[in-house]
Amino acid sequence: MSEKLVIIGNGMAPGRMLEELFEKAPGLYDVTIFNAEPRVNYDRIMLSPVLSGEKAYDDIIIHDDAWYGAHNVTLHKGAKVTQIDRHAKTVTSANGITVAYDKLVIATGSLPFIIPVPGHQLPGVLAYRDLDDVEKMLDISKGKGRAIVIGAGLLGLEAAYGLKRQGMEVTVIHLMPTIMERQLDPAAAYLLEKALTERGIEIITKANTKQILGTDKVEGIELEDGRTIEGDMVVMAVGIRPASALAKDAGIAVNRGIVVDDGMQTSDASVFALGECAEHRGQCYGLVAPLYESARVLADRLIGGSAEYHGSVVNTKLKVTGINLFSAGDFAEGPDREEIVLRDASSGIYKRLILKENKIIGAVLYGETGDGSWFFDLMKRGTDISQMRDTLIFGQSYQGGAPLDPMAAVAALPDDAEICGCNGVCKSKIVTTITSKGLTSLDEVRAHTKASASCGSCTGLVEQLMGLTLGDAYNPSAVTPMCTCTELGHDDVRRLIKAKSLKTIPAVMQELEWKTSCGCAKCRPALNYYLVCDWPDEYADDYQSRFINERVHANIQKDGTYSVVPRMWGGMTSSKELRAIADVVDKFNIPAVKCTGGQRIDMLGIKKEDLPAVWADLGKAGFVSGQAYAKGLRTVKTCVGSDWCRFGTQDSTGLGIRLEKFMWGSWTPAKLKLAVSGCPRNCAEATCKDIGVICVDSGFEIHFAGAAGLDIKGTDVLGLVKTEDEALEHIVALTQMYREQGRYLERIYKWAKRIGHDEIRRQIMEDADKRKAYFDRFVFSQKFAQVDPWSERVSGKDKHEFKPMAIMRKEAAE
Amino acid sequence: MNLIAQNWVAIGSLHDIPPQGARCVENGDTTIAVFRTHDDRVFAMEDKCPHKNGPLSQGIVHDNCVTCPLHNWVINLETGLAQGADEGATVTFPVKLEGETIYIAVSF
Repeated sequence: MSEKLVIIGNGMAPGRMLEELFEKAPGLYDVTIFNAEPRVNYDRIMLSPVLSGEKAYDDIIIHDDAWYGAHNVTLHKGAKVTQIDRHAKTVTSANGITVAYDKLVIATGSLPFIIPVPGHQLPGVLAYRDLDDVEKMLDISKGKGRAIVIGAGLLGLEAAYGLKRQGMEVTVIHLMPTIMERQLDPAAAYLLEKALTERGIEIITKANTKQILGTDKVEGIELEDGRTIEGDMVVMAVGIRPASALAKDAGIAVNRGIVVDDGMQTSDASVFALGECAEHRGQCYGLVAPLYESARVLADRLIGGSAEYHGSVVNTKLKVTGINLFSAGDFAEGPDREEIVLRDASSGIYKRLILKENKIIGAVLYGETGDGSWFFDLMKRGTDISQMRDTLIFGQSYQGGAPLDPMAAVAALPDDAEICGCNGVCKSKIVTTITSKGLTSLDEVRAHTKASASCGSCTGLVEQLMGLTLGDAYNPSAVTPMCTCTELGHDDVRRLIKAKSLKTIPAVMQELEWKTSCGCAKCRPALNYYLVCDWPDEYADDYQSRFINERVHANIQKDGTYSVVPRMWGGMTSSKELRAIADVVDKFNIPAVKCTGGQRIDMLGIKKEDLPAVWADLGKAGFVSGQAYAKGLRTVKTCVGSDWCRFGTQDSTGLGIRLEKFMWGSWTPAKLKLAVSGCPRNCAEATCKDIGVICVDSGFEIHFAGAAGLDIKGTDVLGLVKTEDEALEHIVALTQMYREQGRYLERIYKWAKRIGHDEIRRQIMEDADKRKAYFDRFVFSQKFAQVDPWSERVSGKDKHEFKPMAIMRKEAAE
Repeated sequence: MNLIAQNWVAIGSLHDIPPQGARCVENGDTTIAVFRTHDDRVFAMEDKCPHKNGPLSQGIVHDNCVTCPLHNWVINLETGLAQGADEGATVTFPVKLEGETIYIAVSF
């Protein structure tokens, strides 16, 4: 009979503890978890990327439901434990579940500190601790407006950055004279403040909040000095305190947090505490690395071991894209302390080491943080640095006379040096996994060890370790192959397809010595595109090499149904079209209808077998496929232009429709979205599109290489042309150049960055012959591409795609 | 007496499935995906990726594997096992080809 282990709290620390436990002693315990949040264990460090939109909730799940099932863990979601009965050895939750335990782990985490100023209970005053907080912030940020963040510590600044990325105006209020004063000295704080201000975040220091203004929701705040700031949301990020009330009520010794010994045991021998709620040797930790260290110790204790936790020295990194910041230890000045400082104003680099008795006790690095883990290691070990004092600040590569190469630096790290702070992975774990599993790529190492799989800031170190372990077998600077089926990169394959006149997928695979018999799901769609693009008249499109959306001309959804988007040229529609769409929605019981970002109407939740009939009805009203699924021309978004708008300078709608009618059906390396705005007010948002046009009095300003997806990037100007005909020719030529040179799935802004914007301008704007040649090749290719895929399928093409092959009945088999 | 009998059921012809493609067979509440590889081998498995139940029949078939259209897990058609570092398995069904007729075995 297994012993009963009950865990209160389902955060990262108990999650890691269970991983260790199940690895070392599977089945030893019958585990029950109570989670006050209604969900599984997710990566709380990555809340900031979720807030900024760089990641989604699904990306940050650590253990999904299947994991709990596989380890026979009973997980009570949304069940907050309200009572521990130490005599009966049971815990009871608010929703009435009582479970008995042999061993109990309290991992209740921490609570955000809310300053009790007037107005702190108004709707719109938020903390920043869990996914619920992030969801509330995202919800309010949809309305844009201004967010006020109180507290310029690590969390506050990450929240500010995320909200800024979501399009809000952001003001950060901070009580102290400099930001992040617990981790940064004033010099680094100055550089950081400058960088954040450049990103559009307003920072007010020495500001004490007097009250939060508003009657039934937040409307702003008032500072002690009388200033008021308007805002729609107030995020309090002023600190946390351990959630220890539950333990205290049960009579367990509690100081600031729940007091534990070196074995993570509380004053009750059957009860342990772990994570942010625990206090060890007078310290409460709020960062993941020390919590993971103590989680390992607790796992060992639970299986009868005698591991001891001796506390941790912690370091901090800020997760704001493009800002490199590292801080560790103690950096206050003092009579017994010395410091070494390096500044490079032009590159924005600042490094400071704080020494005491020839040992590093603190480090602050800004701008260039590559040596952070080396300094941190010297600090943790208390290494005497007097021998290398003169060159210490330059980093590890400059030690021992001649500069060491980075490889030697990594080689010199001890086996237990931590490489990945987020996931607590040390050097030896990475090296042994590479060797034992025969790993050769960074992705594989991430999949097996989790090193550099969270925030990614240690990717360089992991790559160096791979180089060290694999020797010549690992060559990251080499051309990245298309996939594991070949050694050749995309550019080589494209060049050889032309040079050797390869016109079928089997011919490419044979002539270029593919290592697999028939490719994989990565290379086949790429080859199919390259062949369609290069031999438009000769190549027969291979539907089995296309992703399902392009095979059935609709967008697959998470439940296996499809969505359908008819083309509305330039975003214009009519009562007849809208009536036809309404009729189709009613006839086929389509559950959801939505406007897309590209000015189209999306019908979602259509069963695959209904697709041809849906298309037939839409076709009768004159609709063709909107190709909302294609790596090809998607939409041309327009504003109403000189037809209606009092500011319009040209017929932007007309040009948009003309472009769309000219270019529809063309395949491109990745999706291609266009927009035409009738004046520089830019209502069609043309300056974040793949290709955009801003109409001006003197003609048409052509833009390209914008992005508004995973990356956000404004367009660059290709050039100004005088007439609509010229605009069309330049845009089409640019598209063809991209079609011929882009790597499959490479958006136009990435291609442009690789080729060089000047080179593209030179070929399209200045070289009329080249431009004409590109244009002509596009026009030729369109002869074969402009066939409406929906009407083809309504008339019977590929009907096998839409019907089951057979329907079995029980009696049929008897 | 074994109450669970295995029955071979004819479900169609090899030519109903495009090479490197798949078709679905409905068996009560279960949808079975039947795959044809480039060298005309035939496999059958439940039309459900072990990851998030993606419809494997809609994926790209390559060699003896299929890549799920939702999140690119690669499933081995012979064993039903997820490939690479992913872990999970899809239920497979015995299948045979007699001439050009495809049979699958289903237990009742």
